[in-house]
Amino acid sequence: MTAMVTVDDALTRYEPVIGLEVHVELGTVSKMFCGCPTTFGGEPNTQVCPVCLGLPGSLPVVNRAAIESTIRMGLALNCDIAEWCRFARKNYFYPDMPKDYQISQYDEPLCTDGYLDVTVPLADGGSEVVRVGIERVHMEEDTGKLTHTGGATGRIHGADYSLVDYNRAGIPLVEIVTKPVTGTGGLAPAVARAYVAALRDIMRSLGVSDVRMEEGSLRCDANVSLAPPGQPWGTRTETKNVNSLRSVERAVTFEIRRQAGVLDAGGHIVQETRHFHEDDGTTTPGRSKEEAEDYRYFPEPDLLPVAPDPAWVDELRTTLPELPAARRARLQEQWGISDFDMDSLINAGAVELVEATVAAGADQGAARKWWMGELSRAAKDRGVELAELGVTPADVARIADLVGQGTLNDKLARLVFEGVAAGEGSPDEVVAARGLELVSDDTALLAALDDAIAANEDAVAKIRDGKVQAAGAIIGAVMKATRGQADAARVRELLLERLGE
Amino acid sequence: MTEIVRMSATQLVEEMAQGNLSSVEITEAHLDRIDSVDGEIHAYLHVDRDGALATAAEADAARNTGADLPPLAGVPVALKDVMAMRGVPTTVGSRILDGWLPPYDATVVTQLRSNLMPILGKTNMDEFAMGSSTEYSAYGPTRNPWDTTRIPGGSGGGSAAALAAFEAPLAIGTDTGGSIRQPAAVTGTVGVKPTYGGVSRYGLVALASSLDQAGPCARTVRDAAMLHRAIAGYDPMDSTSIDAPVPDFVAAVREGDVRGMRIGLVTELSGDGYQAGVQQRFTEAVELLAGLGAEIVEVSCPNFTHALGAYYLILPSEASSNLAKFDGMRYGLRVSDGDEGVEQVMARTRAAGFGDEVKRRIMLGTYALSSGYYDAYYGQAQKVRTLVQRDFDAAFADCHVLISPTCPTTAFPLGEKVDDPLAMYLNDIATIPVNLAGNAALSMPVGLAPEDGLPVGLQIMAPHHQDARLYSVAGVLEGALEDRWGRPLIEEVGA
Repeated sequence: MTAMVTVDDALTRYEPVIGLEVHVELGTVSKMFCGCPTTFGGEPNTQVCPVCLGLPGSLPVVNRAAIESTIRMGLALNCDIAEWCRFARKNYFYPDMPKDYQISQYDEPLCTDGYLDVTVPLADGGSEVVRVGIERVHMEEDTGKLTHTGGATGRIHGADYSLVDYNRAGIPLVEIVTKPVTGTGGLAPAVARAYVAALRDIMRSLGVSDVRMEEGSLRCDANVSLAPPGQPWGTRTETKNVNSLRSVERAVTFEIRRQAGVLDAGGHIVQETRHFHEDDGTTTPGRSKEEAEDYRYFPEPDLLPVAPDPAWVDELRTTLPELPAARRARLQEQWGISDFDMDSLINAGAVELVEATVAAGADQGAARKWWMGELSRAAKDRGVELAELGVTPADVARIADLVGQGTLNDKLARLVFEGVAAGEGSPDEVVAARGLELVSDDTALLAALDDAIAANEDAVAKIRDGKVQAAGAIIGAVMKATRGQADAARVRELLLERLGE
Repeated sequence: MTEIVRMSATQLVEEMAQGNLSSVEITEAHLDRIDSVDGEIHAYLHVDRDGALATAAEADAARNTGADLPPLAGVPVALKDVMAMRGVPTTVGSRILDGWLPPYDATVVTQLRSNLMPILGKTNMDEFAMGSSTEYSAYGPTRNPWDTTRIPGGSGGGSAAALAAFEAPLAIGTDTGGSIRQPAAVTGTVGVKPTYGGVSRYGLVALASSLDQAGPCARTVRDAAMLHRAIAGYDPMDSTSIDAPVPDFVAAVREGDVRGMRIGLVTELSGDGYQAGVQQRFTEAVELLAGLGAEIVEVSCPNFTHALGAYYLILPSEASSNLAKFDGMRYGLRVSDGDEGVEQVMARTRAAGFGDEVKRRIMLGTYALSSGYYDAYYGQAQKVRTLVQRDFDAAFADCHVLISPTCPTTAFPLGEKVDDPLAMYLNDIATIPVNLAGNAALSMPVGLAPEDGLPVGLQIMAPHHQDARLYSVAGVLEGALEDRWGRPLIEEVGA
């Protein structure tokens, strides 16, 4: 094992080139080539038929909805849509593949030559837009899922036995392959992460996939190579199945550091696939490409070529929904906020949440204040995403409304958020249950105020001498007596009235 | 009255319509015939007595209600073992599928069922339809009813022999390079390879997907037309099936007429390498067609000479992929000592489960598709395929149909070519071009070769979607030949 170097150190001597291959399960109702359902989590081998089990004699039939989803993705990624293309068979033996070949696309992908502009957050809080070229978007079928039991490796070799669930076999996948991304230097890991996040957001906007990374519906392979500046690209490694945004960034970072160490020591990089380990963020060698299989691709003779009608493609193009980048630009203008503020929202993953909060009736300033302030802090403390806090945009809008009406102050509002996040009910229910309403009833306030005046003669004397800032002590005492539920503004008015009498 | 098993399907339909025979009687007669002769012929791998009789009873019951019945209701049929049939052993002639009971029906089977046709059983075939003699069946060869020391053709030798031995009035075959037509030719029966996509491939265990085509086998042209109509049509389960109405092939037989028709003799499909008696009977049939008013012209299809080479690259390539799934993981044979890794189990299963010819073609295809060789082999073969299609296009621009001998020889002796794959492959030289181009063809008997007394087949080829032309020409020629012979040729069969 060569000594690891830091990323900054590595980048003084090497320029990284990255490439990403992302597989996304489409959210079609039925599988790619048969009518079986695609729902996640069914009992093993209950969502199967002769076609997706590859039984002798069965034949595939293309799911038109999957073609449509792929074309829409291609359009959203600024790709050319092929007027004519074919499926191909990728031949290799593995028990998770019922036919021992996968129906995929090879030299004739449906979508080619596009790009995606990715907003990459910078350390200074700003951002930079990087254009990532898209080589191709193509369709294929997913494999079944193997579970290896026994043995130390968790892999098929050495297992006592393996179980296979073909429910996943035949679920439509799209594979999105970038062109090599060069010239991003130290930003490379962040570009990789931002690209996958942007793809995810686009797919959600298009409604073609729910993109649940934890269920494996988006899987990423990261290619990394290093070379001294100005030199031809180095040998690349492919780190397989990197399945979260954070892992994508970590895997690329690790490979830059590892490869730099190998090159520094005069070694050479082996072209190979590598496995990523979530626990320590390292990669280890998988199958070497030197012993890689020859997939013997050839056009799939059981399927007709795909030749989407240009009029249909045009219709899909004109009916694309507003994509995330355009929406963000529009919202920034609507809200009239600075680039810096917008970047902060994007980096925090709060744009959609703020938008929904505004839609629920809140002022954009209040919506941003709560999501970027109190709620971001709470999410960070708990190590969850903002959207996973258990507080909805409607909740935030309601709490902002209660503050605006004077029913809550900011301090009470924080307690309401805490209650909502803890599952105690809606904001109104939490206010009622915890008794958090501001006290602005003059009778109750005057009683507390008279006590405070009696106990703070010094302060009273100062106020009467014109030192109005001394009112703070008395208001503070009232707040204390009412456990923070007094309406401070009203207390001040009442105090000045009392002393002015 | 003629013995039941010697009746044509057309006659059986008539007898049932008249109330003279029931489907159960007809089906039992065939099952009895199988019992008495199949020990020697070995046309069947599995006889589904109960299933066939159940369908026969259903057909009879339907008839008794006076319901409108499909034309072939109650007429039994034999099914090549390449078709999946729910709950009935389907081996494709291979050990590797020993014990597999499909959980579903092929579309052809569904159609036979909906036509209320009793399915007598599954017929023998070369393993995975690779062969021209049925000797490559893992379950032993089928014998030719005309001479039981001879081959019945292949791969569909079982279906053809069942017809010639009166063990079934109708049968289903599949034709990838001649597997319906060549067995028909050497058994004196009729076999049709429809236009590619004319009959669904769903449930047909694939040999070479772009070449495979199921079709009808019968003892008469009219019977073939009826069965063809029963199984043809668009199937949403098969992307390559033709989405168009099915022509009335029976009407084409009835109204057949060759007067004014231009019939092309393909220069490349006769002459050197064709047995004298085959050539003689073929020439007589051509003269007969001319006498009936057809205009006979010679046409050249120069690229047909490369068809065999292209075929033996495309077929093994597709087969090497189609047969990958037989790996012992999910169904059929599994060979394992219980303590091996998955690759070893797959390798041992395939080593034990596949016969030599299958292994030979898997290796050929794997090589032809491999990186660095693809362009030189598979890619080049596809170009030849296009050239063969263009030859057909040019010929059909000038002719309504083309004709040739179906195969160069009559039935050869069992064992003669079993160790000489190239000699075996050459037997399909005249049938292969049609599979490469995807158009339609039919083989029919035109007499017995004087030197060996064995049947000679004539092949008629029609353009894509013009299968009806096959029946027009064949119907007229069959009628003229029977007038000359005084009876159908099949009545000469000894067995």
